[in-house]
Amino acid sequence: MNIVTLTIPQEVVQSNVPSWLERLGAALTTMGAIVFVLGSTGAFETVPILYSVISLIVSGVGILLLTVPAGLRVTSSSMNTNVMRSPVRRRGLAGWSLGVALTLFYILLYWFPETLVHVVASLEPLSRLIRNSPADRWFLYGTLYTLAVLVFGVRMLVRYRHSRYHLLRTVSLITAQLVFAYLLPSFLAAMGEPELYVHYFWPLKYDYIFPSSLSSMWSSGEGLTQFFAVWTVAMTVVITPILTYFYGKRWYCSWICGCGALAETVGDPFRQNADTSLRAWKIERWMVHGVLLFITVVTVMLWLDHVYDNVVFGSLAQRLKDIYGFVIGAMFSGVIGVGFYPIFGSRVWCRFGCPMAAYLGILQKYMSRFRITTNGGQCISCGNCSTYCEMGIDVRAYAQRGENIVRASCVGCGVCASVCPRGVLRLESGAKQR
Amino acid sequence: MVSSQLPILIIGNGVAGITAARTLRKLTQKPIVVVSDEAEFFFSRPALMYVFMGHMAWADIEPYESWFWEKNRIDLRFARVQHLEEGRAQLSDGSALPFETCIIATGSRPRQSSWPGSDLRGVHTFVSKSDLEQLHEAATTCRDAVVIGGGLIGVEVAEMLRSRNINVTFLVREERYWSSVIPAHESEIIEQEIVRHGVQLCLAAEVRSIDDDESGRVRSVTTTCGHTFPADLVVRTIGVEPNTVVADNSGIFVRRGIVVDNAFRTSMPNVFAIGDCCEFEDGTVEQLWYTARDHGEDVANILTGLTTSRRKRHFYNSAKFFDIEYQVFGDVPRMGGNEDVVLKQDDRRLLRIHVDEGVVRGFHSFGLRLRGETCLRMIDERSNIEDVLQRLTSIQFDAEFSQRITSHDRLYV
Ligand SMILES: Cc1cc2nc3c(=O)[nH]c(=O)nc-3n(C[C@H](O)[C@H](O)[C@H](O)COP(=O)(O)OP(=O)(O)OC[C@H]3O[C@@H](n4cnc5c(N)ncnc54)[C@H](O)[C@@H]3O)c2cc1C
Ligand code: SF4
Ligand code: SF4
Repeated sequence: MNIVTLTIPQEVVQSNVPSWLERLGAALTTMGAIVFVLGSTGAFETVPILYSVISLIVSGVGILLLTVPAGLRVTSSSMNTNVMRSPVRRRGLAGWSLGVALTLFYILLYWFPETLVHVVASLEPLSRLIRNSPADRWFLYGTLYTLAVLVFGVRMLVRYRHSRYHLLRTVSLITAQLVFAYLLPSFLAAMGEPELYVHYFWPLKYDYIFPSSLSSMWSSGEGLTQFFAVWTVAMTVVITPILTYFYGKRWYCSWICGCGALAETVGDPFRQNADTSLRAWKIERWMVHGVLLFITVVTVMLWLDHVYDNVVFGSLAQRLKDIYGFVIGAMFSGVIGVGFYPIFGSRVWCRFGCPMAAYLGILQKYMSRFRITTNGGQCISCGNCSTYCEMGIDVRAYAQRGENIVRASCVGCGVCASVCPRGVLRLESGAKQR
Repeated sequence: MVSSQLPILIIGNGVAGITAARTLRKLTQKPIVVVSDEAEFFFSRPALMYVFMGHMAWADIEPYESWFWEKNRIDLRFARVQHLEEGRAQLSDGSALPFETCIIATGSRPRQSSWPGSDLRGVHTFVSKSDLEQLHEAATTCRDAVVIGGGLIGVEVAEMLRSRNINVTFLVREERYWSSVIPAHESEIIEQEIVRHGVQLCLAAEVRSIDDDESGRVRSVTTTCGHTFPADLVVRTIGVEPNTVVADNSGIFVRRGIVVDNAFRTSMPNVFAIGDCCEFEDGTVEQLWYTARDHGEDVANILTGLTTSRRKRHFYNSAKFFDIEYQVFGDVPRMGGNEDVVLKQDDRRLLRIHVDEGVVRGFHSFGLRLRGETCLRMIDERSNIEDVLQRLTSIQFDAEFSQRITSHDRLYV
């Protein structure tokens, strides 16, 4: 009998073939980065628009060229091919350098803003245009942040195009960042209103519930600001528990939150670097709940002071508030939280430091319908789920015993379920079905 | 006290041996010793491919952290057992280990092939940790590879080699892929998926010889009908057979596998065999991860007196062919059945419900996920096919927002 040879179709799915597009992308990204750094010395002071366009847009396009063709070539099963051999993604020299560069940027931004004045100045026209006010370093930060979420969001959409769950949550994250974190506050500023973030609330945006903020919002007498005061309290106390009951903490962490948006887009290449050991879990529980406790205590102290005219704690509450702002608000969430993406994975902040995650986590663990169900005995203990869980949850430990996963830290990103080669895992928040 | 007791000795730290050890530890205080010379710690054999492709590092495919063994007082020994005699295991380093009970869980080894040239340099198999290391080494300089054998491991190896952009020819003896297990319609889905990933798939291709380049290295593979495929790397994936070496050397009764009764007892007193290496009295040999794990649990329950024989379970299995996941629950015959309901969506998603006299007997799916628990319950309850079609959503397990397969997708074959 004769052999039957099946013809290989024209558009074969190929992996890791470098193309000229990628080389162009790499060139543009490098050029953008060099221009960005040179410009910070004031070299392009006379051409601010050109400078910001080249340093931001060109490197953005470069990153797109670098990631989109590659993303189109991979399929759901080859997405993680060679991740463990990538120096950028696996803590090689390139990964460490990237981490150092990011950390350095945060240090400059927070404590040496004068080094960034020329970069800030280049955004003056844009700031005038959309905020009708002068640019400052936070506008620079917001612009870079939003751009990064957009560009890496596209990468995410391309790579996870086979999954509607990932498409929808990524679109949601990008939209929330662009609209609620960037355009809306800019628009409010242009109107002469305070720059408020409708999608951040206590305990993440801890000062929204401080007596000073609430009373000044309330006494402003303006309808919009007063509405916001009611909104932010309602979000913390009522709406968050309700939504978390129905959907788990993911409604916030993987669909809306800005920190989540950065983690799920820029951070996605680094998710495998989250430590899955039991030791890391122990440390995480102490730290994240410690932070929640800290901010709760500070908030209560401030309120007691407010009610009893500063006779209870004197200046202590204020001092603690400042310490919290420095250690947690700035150092942890920015410097370590993002700077260490390439080293500890994309959710360092969310896992070890975020008080909102701790609050949502307690709700998720004890009063939520959300769980990851496991498909009986189908698990082959391969470890893909645990490896690619950005929260460092040892998903396999549960899956191989056929147990549901109900963990406070799970942000419901759904990646464990996507990378499982045996269809073992499913995120569920419906009522239990027969 | 405890140390003076003779241990339960387990040969092999695969899923069968380790599941037995873990389950025993929950049920008894007796000392437990596990001997193996493949890897220091238990790892997931089906995950070897992911290490090759760089999805995971070696440590990632080890399900337990290294402190686990000491904490649970499971004594791991890196050694090879030669044979058993009179309550003692003779180890390759010359020492002997006395035991109270011995569980042989030595797994499988690659099936031998009779073609000339099977032992040339450049000819590999893919079963063990050292196979992985050798293949990894060989693949770095390889351009053209031939994979022989149309089972599950063959597809995995083809996928692995494609991930390094190696030209892969996949020689399958049968006229359609995996015809010993799945119906023709399903074979076609997988065949299309294989070629879509750039593999040259040759069906009805029986190998005659693996050819030498005169220096002892492989040069090509020739089939019985005279085709010659150039190759600087050949992987034989024509199946595995029970690894019975220890039993053979010890005079234990062996046919294809180590013959055991329903309580896993071999012909030697106090010696049991589980997992890939055993064969039941009725001739069944089931070389699956799930089966091996179940055996491990069952033998522990039997040894501690919780039960007297192994639990009957429904058949289930799963695999992945490049991007297409496959799951089966219950009974789906290789030719299908004429009452079967087949639902198919966009050429790459298929659900077959095997029906006999109106009653549902099994499910299998390609490109979509099933909720095993619900499927098995429907089989147990001998559900009527009409009822099952009414409740199609309840058996699907794809991620939220995914497209669902419905009875509108029914294919009339
Ligand atoms: C590449 C590959 C992919 C697979 N994928 C799947 C899958 O997707 N789904 C599925 O159901 N099954 C799959 N299988 C089959 C599955 O891995 C086996 O059924 C399962 O591992 C059997 O477990 P076991 O414990 O019986 O034996 P093994 O896992 O083979 O373990 C036996 C151990 O005993 C050791 N040993 C042998 N002899 C001695 C001795 N004399 N002294 C000391 N130690 C010894 C061996 O070195 C080995 O470590 C796959 C197999 C392979 C090779
Ligand atoms: S357990 Fe799964 S869904 Fe939860 S955070 Fe980890 S990867 Fe995401
Ligand atoms: S749940 Fe899936 S990904 Fe996780 S170990 Fe089991 S088979 Fe692997």
